[in-house]
Amino acid sequence: MLQTQNLAARRGEAVLFSDLSFSLPPGAALVIGGPNGSGKTTLLRILAGLTHAEHGALSWCGTPMRPFDPRLRTEVLFIGHLPALKDELTALENLASLAALAGPRPAAARVREALASWGLARQHDLPARVLSQGQKRRVALARLALASAPLWLLDEPATALDDAGVATLCDAVGAHLASGGVAVIATHQTLALPDGAVQSLRLA
Amino acid sequence: MQLLFYIIVVTLFPLGVGVETALLHALGPGVLWVAALLASLLSLPRLFGSDFADGALEQIALSPYPLPALISGKILAHWLTTGAPLALLSPLLALQFGLDAHESAALIIGLLLGTPTLSLLGAIGAALTLGLRSGGALLALLSLPLYVPILIFGAAAVSATHAGLGAAGEFSVLGAALLVSAVGAPLACAAAVRIAMD
Repeated sequence: MLQTQNLAARRGEAVLFSDLSFSLPPGAALVIGGPNGSGKTTLLRILAGLTHAEHGALSWCGTPMRPFDPRLRTEVLFIGHLPALKDELTALENLASLAALAGPRPAAARVREALASWGLARQHDLPARVLSQGQKRRVALARLALASAPLWLLDEPATALDDAGVATLCDAVGAHLASGGVAVIATHQTLALPDGAVQSLRLA
Repeated sequence: MQLLFYIIVVTLFPLGVGVETALLHALGPGVLWVAALLASLLSLPRLFGSDFADGALEQIALSPYPLPALISGKILAHWLTTGAPLALLSPLLALQFGLDAHESAALIIGLLLGTPTLSLLGAIGAALTLGLRSGGALLALLSLPLYVPILIFGAAAVSATHAGLGAAGEFSVLGAALLVSAVGAPLACAAAVRIAMD
C-alpha cells in the first residue's frame, strides 16, 4: 500500500538518508529507529506529504504522490512531535477540533469515549493549559480512536507516556493493523506490536 | 490589545498637535487610517504564529478540506476580533478631530470596507514570514506597500465627504480591492503556508 523508492532527504548541506526503499502491504507496520537528528521526523514528514524529498518517489496504493496530494491528505493521520493543543480549550474541545479538521465533526459522546479510552475520562473539561505533558500526549493520541484513515504516521508517540499509555498505544496500533491499516512509527522505545507485521528500519 | 493601541495612538495626536481645530480636522482622516494600519500590522503575527508554534498549522495544512477555505476562516476570525471593533469604535475617536456626522459615516464605512482587505493582504505577509526571526520588520516591509492604496482611498473618502463631494468612487475602489483580495489572498496564503511547512 505504501511504497517508497530511492527516497533521499537533506537538511541544509547534510544528507540525512538516501536510497531508502521499502514497501508496506496492508496490515504492516514500519518502525523507524535511529539516533537523534538522523532524519526520522523528516522521513515521516515526507511520507505525510508535508515536505519534498530530495530524490526518489513515494506512492500510496499504487499512485505516485506529490506533497499535499489531496488523496494523501484524506487517507493519512499524522501525529507529530507537537501535540497541536490550544491552551485555552478543554481537552474535549481540542480533540473535537482536531478530529473535525480531518473529516465530519464527531459527536460529543464519541469524543468523550475516545478520551476515556485513553484514561482521560475525568479530565475532559479541563483546559489543556493544566494538563501534564503525558496527559497532553494522550489527548493528541486520542485522535487514533476517532480516526478512519488507513495510514498512520506517528512521530515519537510514546514520549512522556507511562506504561499504561504505551500499552494503550500498542493496542490501538495493533487493532489498526489487524483491520488492514498501515502504520509508520518513529520511536526510541520498543513497542509491543504483533510480530509478523513489523518491519524495522534504522536510520544512521 | 490592538484596540487599545489604536485608541492610544489616535489620542496622542490631538494632544501633541495642539488645539488648532482646522489643523486637527485636516489631519484627522489620515491619522485615523494610519493608526488602523499600524494596529493591523501589530496583530498579524498572531494570525499564524501560535498555530505554527504548537503544531496546529501542520494539522490544518494536512486537512482534507481545501487549505484556502480554512485560511479564509482564520482571516475572518482575525478581522472580527481586530479590524471590525476598530472600525466600529472609530467614530467615537473621530470626535477628537472634530469630524462631523457625514465624515464619521464615511470613515466607518471606509474602515469596514478597508480593514478586511488589510487583514487579507497582511495575512499573505504573515504566512510568508512564518518562522523567521526578524519576521515583524519584514512583515511590515511586505505589507505596507500593499496597504498604501487602501490608506489613500480610505482617507480620501473622508476628505471628499468634507468637501461636499460624494465618496462613492472611493468606496467602489475599496470594495473592489476587498473582492480581489478575498479571492486572491487565501490562495496566496495557502501557497505560503505550504512553503513554511517544508
